[in-house]
Amino acid sequence: MELSRRKLFKIAGISAIGLNAKPVLSVFADVHGQTRTPDTKKDHDALTAKQWGLVIDTRKLKTSKDVEPLIEACHKIHNVPELKNERHEIKWIWDEPYQHAFPTKENKYLDDRVKNVPFPVLCNHCEDPPCVRVCPTNATFKRDDGIVLMDFHRCIGCRFCMAACPYGSRSFNFRDPRPFIAETNKKFPTRMKGVVEKCNYCAERLAVGQMPACVEASNGALIFGDLEDPNSEVRKVLKKNYTIRRKQGLGTGPSVYYIV
Amino acid sequence: MLELALKGDKKYWGWIVALLGVIGIGFACYLWQLKFGLGITGMSRDVTWGFYIANFTFLVGVAAGGVMVVLPYYLHNYKAFGKVTILGEFLAIGSVAMCILFVLVDLGQPMRVFNMFLHPSLNSVLFWDTVVLSGYFLLNVVIGWTVLEAERNAAPPPKWVKPLIYLSIPWAISIHTVTAYLYCGLPGKGFWMTAILAPRFLSSAFAAGPALVILLCLFIRKATHFDPGKEQIQSLAKIVAYAICINVFFFLCEVFVVFYSNIPEHMDHIKYLFVGLHGHGAYVPWMWASMILMVVGIILLVNPITRRNEGVLAVACAAVFVGTWIDKGMGMISGGFVPNSLHYVNEYIPSVPEVVIAIAVYSIGALIITVLYKIAVSVKIEVSG
Repeated sequence: MELSRRKLFKIAGISAIGLNAKPVLSVFADVHGQTRTPDTKKDHDALTAKQWGLVIDTRKLKTSKDVEPLIEACHKIHNVPELKNERHEIKWIWDEPYQHAFPTKENKYLDDRVKNVPFPVLCNHCEDPPCVRVCPTNATFKRDDGIVLMDFHRCIGCRFCMAACPYGSRSFNFRDPRPFIAETNKKFPTRMKGVVEKCNYCAERLAVGQMPACVEASNGALIFGDLEDPNSEVRKVLKKNYTIRRKQGLGTGPSVYYIV
Repeated sequence: MLELALKGDKKYWGWIVALLGVIGIGFACYLWQLKFGLGITGMSRDVTWGFYIANFTFLVGVAAGGVMVVLPYYLHNYKAFGKVTILGEFLAIGSVAMCILFVLVDLGQPMRVFNMFLHPSLNSVLFWDTVVLSGYFLLNVVIGWTVLEAERNAAPPPKWVKPLIYLSIPWAISIHTVTAYLYCGLPGKGFWMTAILAPRFLSSAFAAGPALVILLCLFIRKATHFDPGKEQIQSLAKIVAYAICINVFFFLCEVFVVFYSNIPEHMDHIKYLFVGLHGHGAYVPWMWASMILMVVGIILLVNPITRRNEGVLAVACAAVFVGTWIDKGMGMISGGFVPNSLHYVNEYIPSVPEVVIAIAVYSIGALIITVLYKIAVSVKIEVSG
């Protein structure tokens, strides 16, 4: 068969498009058919829920000193680097004053206590997370138990999720984070440059029956549990106290509640 | 036809070599960025998109703007534009190539870019933007090349290309609409959350794209033996005049809604850009410059006396181009991120390597457009002479 250069290019071009089309077409097929869910084996100690939620009792947090152990516990086990340059900062949980944690609930005449409360802020593990909606590769996704997770190996670093998150909960590795981790926890992966990361509600600890690290370090100020279970501790606390959430008017459905 | 790009005078080759030189320097900076990470740019945890995405957004507009040369010819049978449609199509190719490169250099893990097709998410506007941009690229390559080849052979273009041309017209609208949807559907980003964002993008696109085509036409007439035509340039100038007026009008609509409603989350971004916020105002002179340039553009383009003077017209087009570049580029992106979600004002200033990489991307675009225009102009001269 004689193949002109022109014909060869044509065939090569069409083949290249074809190779790309297959996975895209399978996604379209999934929308109508059944989605494939991979089998995972659960540890028999694993903690499970329909929708994990967190209640933060800020009455028990007086100064930044009270929040520090939470941050340290989290950042240490998750290999969160300590970068001096503020632009490149990575943080999963940190504290903010009222007007920055709740910028849409401005109040000029805030009482003295709330004015000084360090509000711990973290990923809200939204019911309807905008970050998951915008991710072009499904690198960030929502699990059946409500946890919004990241696949660090799939993330292409487009940072669309960071633009979409109305809480500024996500951090990007602007450089290799590994030299800035004081002590590496071998049980949790470190990240590479160019990917996004955030709080994972300690999914790796829940999987082996442990509570999230911040909850454990909080001396009872943080309560964690299943929001869908009326008998869970979080639901009992929510029933007894008035709570607020960050920017709930946006319809994201944050699963982190604050008792003020 | 490619061989036509290989026959040029000293100036042509000098320009090509100069572009390659700039591309080389930019590529070195990019290698540095690959090695270190995006930390060498001015971007931060708060302003996560910067100069790259700003230029990407603007250039999607330039690409879409090319359709303003194609549409009157094919839909309104405006014969005069037959002479210049190829310039619009080839400009679109170069612009879309730059867009794709700007997205690529912005990625933290560019080696994984094919994850977008291996694990596509139909909910993501970025996925759709990739689809429409690559589609528009292919359409223009196929259409531009086929029509030009037919012209060279003094034959009518093949019949199958006509439906593609008709398809390319709404497709041009789609690329900029989808690009606007990247921004305007994000909860909590008050500056972008406006239904008029896509129309705004399109109006500035239809100003910036044809303005650049005019400048290129004037250059081609001066540098080659091909004259794109006085009537063609004047018709394009009227298109730019309408589009830039609509663009400024849309912006004023925005200003009314934002300030009359008095909602802080929407106001603060515009305040930051035009008067500064909490003592930060790096963009204030830029934004006012942009407004002044666009208004100067309107005055010079609407007034027939100034519009008909081609020297003044060139100034007006340059003003419109730079004005919309500031407005839709840096203004649009930085303005959306400052103040941030927690209402802190952390400003963004692009770094030197970031700007160098961006200039190199522009140089690649210029190289593509130079080669394509060289071919197009050579064919035009060949046919007429």
